[in-house]
Amino acid sequence: MSKTTISWYKYAAPANFYPLAGKMVPWFAIASALIFIVGLYISFFVAPTDFQQGNSYRIIFIHVPAAWMGMFLYVLLAIYAGIGWAFNARLASMMATAIAPTGAIFTFISLVTGSLWGRPAWGVWWVWDARLTSTLILMFLYIGFISLQSSIEDPRRADRAGAVLALVGVINVPIIYFSVQWWNSLHQGATITAKSFKMAPSMLAAMLILLAACWIYSIAVVLARVRCIIREREREAPWLAEAV
Amino acid sequence: MFRWIVWRDLVLAWRRRTDVLATLFFFVIVVSLYPLGIGPEVQLLRRIAPGVVWVAALLASMLSLGRLFGNDYQDGSLEQILLTPQPVYLLVFGKVFAHWLVSEIPLVVIAPVVGLQFGLSENTLAIIVLSLLLGTPVLSMIGSIGAALTLGLRSANVLVALLVLPLYVPVLIFGAGAIEASIGGLSAKPYLLLQAATLVLAIVFAPGATSAALRISVE
Repeated sequence: MSKTTISWYKYAAPANFYPLAGKMVPWFAIASALIFIVGLYISFFVAPTDFQQGNSYRIIFIHVPAAWMGMFLYVLLAIYAGIGWAFNARLASMMATAIAPTGAIFTFISLVTGSLWGRPAWGVWWVWDARLTSTLILMFLYIGFISLQSSIEDPRRADRAGAVLALVGVINVPIIYFSVQWWNSLHQGATITAKSFKMAPSMLAAMLILLAACWIYSIAVVLARVRCIIREREREAPWLAEAV
Repeated sequence: MFRWIVWRDLVLAWRRRTDVLATLFFFVIVVSLYPLGIGPEVQLLRRIAPGVVWVAALLASMLSLGRLFGNDYQDGSLEQILLTPQPVYLLVFGKVFAHWLVSEIPLVVIAPVVGLQFGLSENTLAIIVLSLLLGTPVLSMIGSIGAALTLGLRSANVLVALLVLPLYVPVLIFGAGAIEASIGGLSAKPYLLLQAATLVLAIVFAPGATSAALRISVE
C-alpha cells in the first residue's frame, strides 16, 4: 500500500470504514492466533528455566505484554477521544469507546498475573509497590471511563464527556505515578524487584512475540467492536442496510 | 462577575445551612469511627491519623459535589450563566471557590479539634490545617470536573465517586505525607510544596476542563 493513493479521510466516514474493518478483522484475528501459538511455544519449550525462580517466571510472557498494552491502550484511547472531540469525528470517538474494554481487560490480566507471580516470587499476593498501585489506579480510570459512557444515553454527549475524562486522566497518570512512587519509597524502603535476573535472548524473543500477538489481537477485537458500535449508532442510515 | 457569583452561591448556601452542616458532621463522624473500630491505643491512633483525616476529607468533599452544579442545572440558571458573555473559566472558578468556602473550610476549621482525639501535638495540628488548606481546593477543583460530567445523569452520585476518587490519589498521598512527616518529627515542607504545586496545576487546568464538561452536559 502506498500512502499517496489512499485518501485517509475517506475511511474517517463510518460508511467507508465499516466494510474495510470487516475485511481486516479476520486477517488480524488469524495473524494474532498464529503469533500467539509461536510465542507460547517459545515461551514454554524454548526459553530456559530461570535459575532463581524456576518455571514460575514464565508468567512474565503474559504479564509484561498485558501491562504494556494496558498502559498503551489508555494513551491511544485518550488520543482517539481527543481527536473525536476536537474535530467532531464520530469514528474516532467510536474507536475510543471500542478500545476501553480491551484496555481494561489487559490491565486486569496484568494485575491478576502479577499477583499470581508475586505469590511464588515474593511470597505474597500483593505488595503496595509503586507499579502495582499505579496499575490498579489505571484500571479504576478505565472503569470510570466505561461507566461514565454507559450511563449517558445520548451518544454524542457520551463521546465528549468520555473525551474530557480521558484527557484529564492522561494528564493525571504521570502525577499519580510519581506520587505513588514517592509515597512507596518513603514508606517502606526498597521492595524486592523481579528484574534481578538477566534475560536470555529466547526469553526476550518470546516476550516481544507475545507483545506483538497481544497488539494484533487488540486491533482485531477493537475493529470488531467498533463495527458493532457503528451498526448500533447508524442503524437508521441507508448505507448500512445495503452493507449488511 | 467573579465576586457576584461567589456571593450568590454563598447566599444560596446560607439558606440551606443544614446541607453544609451535614457534610461537616459526616467528616467528624467518619474520623471518630476509626478509633472505635481499631481500639484506643494512642500509638496506633497516631500512626493512622494522617490517613484517616485525609480519607475522611476526601469522602466528605465528594458528598457535596452533587450540589455544586446540580441545583443550578435543575432550575435552569446554569444555562443562563453559561450564556453570559463573561469567560466561563471565571464563572466556574467562582462557583468552585464558593463551594470550597462553604463545604471545605468548615472541615479545615474542625480538623484540629478532631485531631485532638488522636493525641497529636500542636505542631502537627497546625500542619494538618495547612495541608488541608492547600489540598482541599484541589479536591474541589478535580471534583468539579466530575460533577460537571455527571450532571443530570441517573446514578450521578455513585458515578462521581468512581470518576473522581482515582484522581484524588496524589492529593491524598501528599496531604497525608505532610502530616505523617510532622508526626515523625521531620519537616513537612517538601510535601506542602508538592501540595502547593498540585494546587497551582489544578487552578490552571481544572476550571477549563470543567467549563468544557459543563458545555457538553448542558447542551
